[in-house]
Amino acid sequence: MSYHSPTSINEAVALLASRDDARPMSGGTDLLVQMRSGRIRPGAIIDIKGLERATGSRRADGGFVIGAATPCTDLLLDEALCAAWPGVVEAANLIGSVQVRNRATIGGNLCNASPAADSVPALIAADARCVVAGPGGERSVPVADLLAGPGRTTLGKGEFVLEILLPARQPRSGDAYLRSIPRTEMDIAVVGAGVDLSCDVDGVCMAARVALGAVAPTALLVPDAGAALIGTRLEESALDAMGEAVKAACRPIDDKRGTIDYRIAMSAVYARRATAIAYQRAREAV
Amino acid sequence: MTRQDPIGKQELKVVGTRPVRPDGADKVTGKAVYGADFYLPGMLRGAILRSPHAHARILSIDTRKAEALPGVKAVATNADFPRVEMAEIDAGEAGINVDRAAQMCLARDKVVYEGQPVVAVAATSPEIAAAALDLIEVQYEVLPHVIEIDDALRADAPLLHDDLMPAEAPSNVGARLEAKSGDPDAALAQADVVAGGRYTTQAVHQGYIEPQACIASVSADGQAQIWCSSQGAFMVRSVAAAITGMNLADLRVTPLEIGGGFGGKTTVYLEPVALILSRKSGRPVKMVLSRDEVFRSTGPGPGAIIEVRIGATRDGILTGAIVDLKYQVGAFPGAGCGAGVMHALGAYRIANKRVTGCDVVSNMPSSHAYRAPSAPQAEFAVECAIDDIARQLGMDPIALREKNAVKPGDASFSGAPLGPIAFLETLAAAKVHPHYSAPLAPEHGRGIAAGWWVNHGGESTAMVSINEDGSAVVATGNPDIGGSRASMAMMAAEVLAVPMEKVRPIVADTASIGFSMLTGGSRTTFATGKAVVEAAQDVVEQLKSRAAMIWGVDAAQVAWVDGEARCLEGDEEPLAIKDIAARMGKTGGPISAEKSVHPHDAMPTYAVHICDVELDRETGHIRVAHYTAVQDVGRAIHPSYVEGQAQGGAVQGIGWALNEAYAFNKAGGVDNPGFLDYRMPVASDLPMIDTVLVEVPHPNHPFGVKGVGEVPIVPPLAAVANAVSAAAGKRFLDLPLTPARVHAVLNSAG
Amino acid sequence: MSKQHIHATVNGDPVDFLCEPTTSLLNALRDELRLTGSKEGCGSGDCGACSVMLDGKLVCSCLVLAPEIEGRRVETVEGLAQDGQLHPLQQKFLDYGALQCGFCTPGVLVAAKALLDRTVEPTEEEARYWLAGNLCRCTGYDKIIRAVLDTAAELRQERVSA
Repeated sequence: MSYHSPTSINEAVALLASRDDARPMSGGTDLLVQMRSGRIRPGAIIDIKGLERATGSRRADGGFVIGAATPCTDLLLDEALCAAWPGVVEAANLIGSVQVRNRATIGGNLCNASPAADSVPALIAADARCVVAGPGGERSVPVADLLAGPGRTTLGKGEFVLEILLPARQPRSGDAYLRSIPRTEMDIAVVGAGVDLSCDVDGVCMAARVALGAVAPTALLVPDAGAALIGTRLEESALDAMGEAVKAACRPIDDKRGTIDYRIAMSAVYARRATAIAYQRAREAV
Repeated sequence: MTRQDPIGKQELKVVGTRPVRPDGADKVTGKAVYGADFYLPGMLRGAILRSPHAHARILSIDTRKAEALPGVKAVATNADFPRVEMAEIDAGEAGINVDRAAQMCLARDKVVYEGQPVVAVAATSPEIAAAALDLIEVQYEVLPHVIEIDDALRADAPLLHDDLMPAEAPSNVGARLEAKSGDPDAALAQADVVAGGRYTTQAVHQGYIEPQACIASVSADGQAQIWCSSQGAFMVRSVAAAITGMNLADLRVTPLEIGGGFGGKTTVYLEPVALILSRKSGRPVKMVLSRDEVFRSTGPGPGAIIEVRIGATRDGILTGAIVDLKYQVGAFPGAGCGAGVMHALGAYRIANKRVTGCDVVSNMPSSHAYRAPSAPQAEFAVECAIDDIARQLGMDPIALREKNAVKPGDASFSGAPLGPIAFLETLAAAKVHPHYSAPLAPEHGRGIAAGWWVNHGGESTAMVSINEDGSAVVATGNPDIGGSRASMAMMAAEVLAVPMEKVRPIVADTASIGFSMLTGGSRTTFATGKAVVEAAQDVVEQLKSRAAMIWGVDAAQVAWVDGEARCLEGDEEPLAIKDIAARMGKTGGPISAEKSVHPHDAMPTYAVHICDVELDRETGHIRVAHYTAVQDVGRAIHPSYVEGQAQGGAVQGIGWALNEAYAFNKAGGVDNPGFLDYRMPVASDLPMIDTVLVEVPHPNHPFGVKGVGEVPIVPPLAAVANAVSAAAGKRFLDLPLTPARVHAVLNSAG
Repeated sequence: MSKQHIHATVNGDPVDFLCEPTTSLLNALRDELRLTGSKEGCGSGDCGACSVMLDGKLVCSCLVLAPEIEGRRVETVEGLAQDGQLHPLQQKFLDYGALQCGFCTPGVLVAAKALLDRTVEPTEEEARYWLAGNLCRCTGYDKIIRAVLDTAAELRQERVSA
């Protein structure tokens, strides 16, 4: 097995395309664990952390561009990003421990495609897109479209995610992410709920996106849940309707981390709690 | 916080203080050498091919391609072990069946758990060893497997062995025990209140952070050395020699520092294999388990089903109890029902009782000792039932226990009268603790539970010798798993009446000290401490007689005070230990003593824990908000380390109660063989663990020491469950109390 | 499988070694450089026993490939004490009895130092969440947290009197 640290996108693409068992490496916190367990045996590891666009976050077109290989903890240092998208930053900074977060990245979290990935429901709720680099050049794709199933993406041979794009923020908008875990840290989400919403000056919800993790083969947007909030001031009846929509969208499994019944019940609980936080942030936002 | 018993208080200068441990500097600088940190020139790395099946016959093993791989120097299977008739070796709290232990090192004709070792290789690098495993071909005939107790007991269950209980028809039951007195059925029928239920716990791992590791080196003349992480070098020597057919005398075992054991390292999984590989290759072989291998193939503490009924009068006197225990002991009978049957009701005076227990085998790793083995499960159910009785009677739960607690002079399990035990003192200390009467916040619940453990004595040897400069060495054969070497130095220093810095404790290897039973059973500070004290006392007598010789007086005229000899008659200047040491050669030669002990008078100890939890009714989450561990310790030689035992045991019990459990996949393999999904408590899960040490000294130990290491894991299971029950207003019977389980109970009818 | 030649700075000293590309930083530190203070407890980033600092950031060395440290700066537990003088954290751990078997201790010390380098005023909750990635099975964390908080207090005092 060989290790490569390309310094240009073209070089990275060429290396990735050169063999079927080449794997991109970002933070490595999933890759190394899977190599160690024998689940994957790459013939070549292409470390993208050396690519300039792959690390760091910056404003662009009113929104943000985040290098896919930016460590989660670095996101905490971007004050503008934390102010505009606290839910996304919090979601990324729930992954693992401090040690893990100093290496893990949202690009890697996304492309590892665990149904329970923490950053993904927040990214989907934020309507994030990703820039995919590959033999055919660069293309921009909604984050949700990258996910094909547990552990599988729609990336083609030689492709990798280079950047994550967050759109321009509407005024009076806020996002939040919460997850259910058995302990207080270090667990994989049993259920994850990402919510992003905007309201008008009177607190009436004008737009809302609710996304769930760990309750289906991929993280998913629940359009009916967002729709249930629009035009309301998040009264009990609206939140109930949102909760029912969220539960109806769940297709969870029983596994060593949670049961079907518990996941369905908690999807509504955590979506409600995340909605409350997002709403408060939206009302306090400029 | 330590409460001193004024009657037992001695004038002590070292014992009871909190000096920095002698091995501390190396441990905080990364210098201390644990099993995996040891390297020898020419060393090979070993690796193990494990069964992918939970239950299968081994039809054939073909290692030729592996042996041909460049860099592979040796291959081993069970055929390399001589067939041993099922001899059993005493290993502290449990005997080790040599034939079964051999099969857990390398399987013979059957595999009975997924992950059981089948073939081992030694190669010049870990990468080559791993590649060699891929080249080994094993043919299996897969058999149906069974995991759960109820499934293993069914008439049509697949059988793991045909020889477990020769007097019975083949089944998956490995042992049956019963202990009874009086007429419990009648007592329960006549009781004013009865409480009980069917309680369950799951298999839990000791969770030591250091995986097993060893290096074996066999020389051309058949002499061999092992360096390993273990709770007992002598046990390693005995069992490894027996399994490999070596002469005991040819094997020398040096214990390295150990990264946690809790009972799990009181047997061997690697050493016999490393010996064979080293003998065959002619080179040292290092073997280290991965975390995955630790979970899939080393002994957990058993899961259990406990059915309990307890009856009481309306005044709160417990009149009758019936307890049935079934333990899930894994593929080979391991740590099982014996201690559970003994401990279930042993804290209380109940005239009419029947306790039955059985060991049920199933296709999972064989259980092994885990801190007070088998007692936490049994006492958990009893303490929950007693909590129910207190609730039904509207009685304070500590007061109810005080009414029924065993007292000095009561009959113990063996029938002999109990000595000056301190259960009542421990209950009293808990009752007056501010935690017990602190106001409770909303959605909080408080639970208390008691627990006890018998504690062991066991064989120990200690050697004390004086160096030319008057400093001393105290050597024992007990690996230090919790700070015991500091305590040995402190006790020797106390007897020699010198500062602790003048006494160097060492943990000796099997060739350098007389026999010692392993470190476990809460026995080391007690029994090995006795040996240390006896050896130090002998040395003091020798020092006095040398002084007498120097002064030309009778030995009876010499007193030993503050590290010096003082002449009681005449006006001789005192002789300090260094002065006597400087003249050792001229007054008779070296001054040293080695003493062996085998005390049979270890005393049981008791603990009472108070736990407050906060319950999130919507999600089922439990947060431990406040925790106090009150424990009866005899005398705390080094209070920080005794507090540490109370805190560490409490947290293991909290983990057992809340989130720890083995999960199995459909194929019968361990589904969570790692720290991600085997969920032990992390720092953010817990509050401070306040401790109270109650000192009622042991009358027969020179410093009053009683065993402290194991009892603290017993109360937390019920303390947490009782707290959750109080917060929820419903009884919880099944551990672990994961949020999903709690949520399900909260939302179920009834 | 051909080895790579890696050059880095470890505990202030230039080092170089050969290793397979798949070798973790942890195994390179232990097997090639014989710095065995960092421990393997799990190999999967769940226990923190392998914690080191990489270019000033706290990481699990079992999750870093050795080739990644080319030209970079690593600090391990062996670098905590300076010129034979224990770091205040190390001394406090000894004074408090904040270790029993000592196996998790190197990782905990490196992680705790990373915390105190960021802030000398951590609350108990902050300290606990920061150290959530370091498993300890012996102590129940009580004395560890007390030692860390007391070290922080001592460092605050020093800054006041400085």
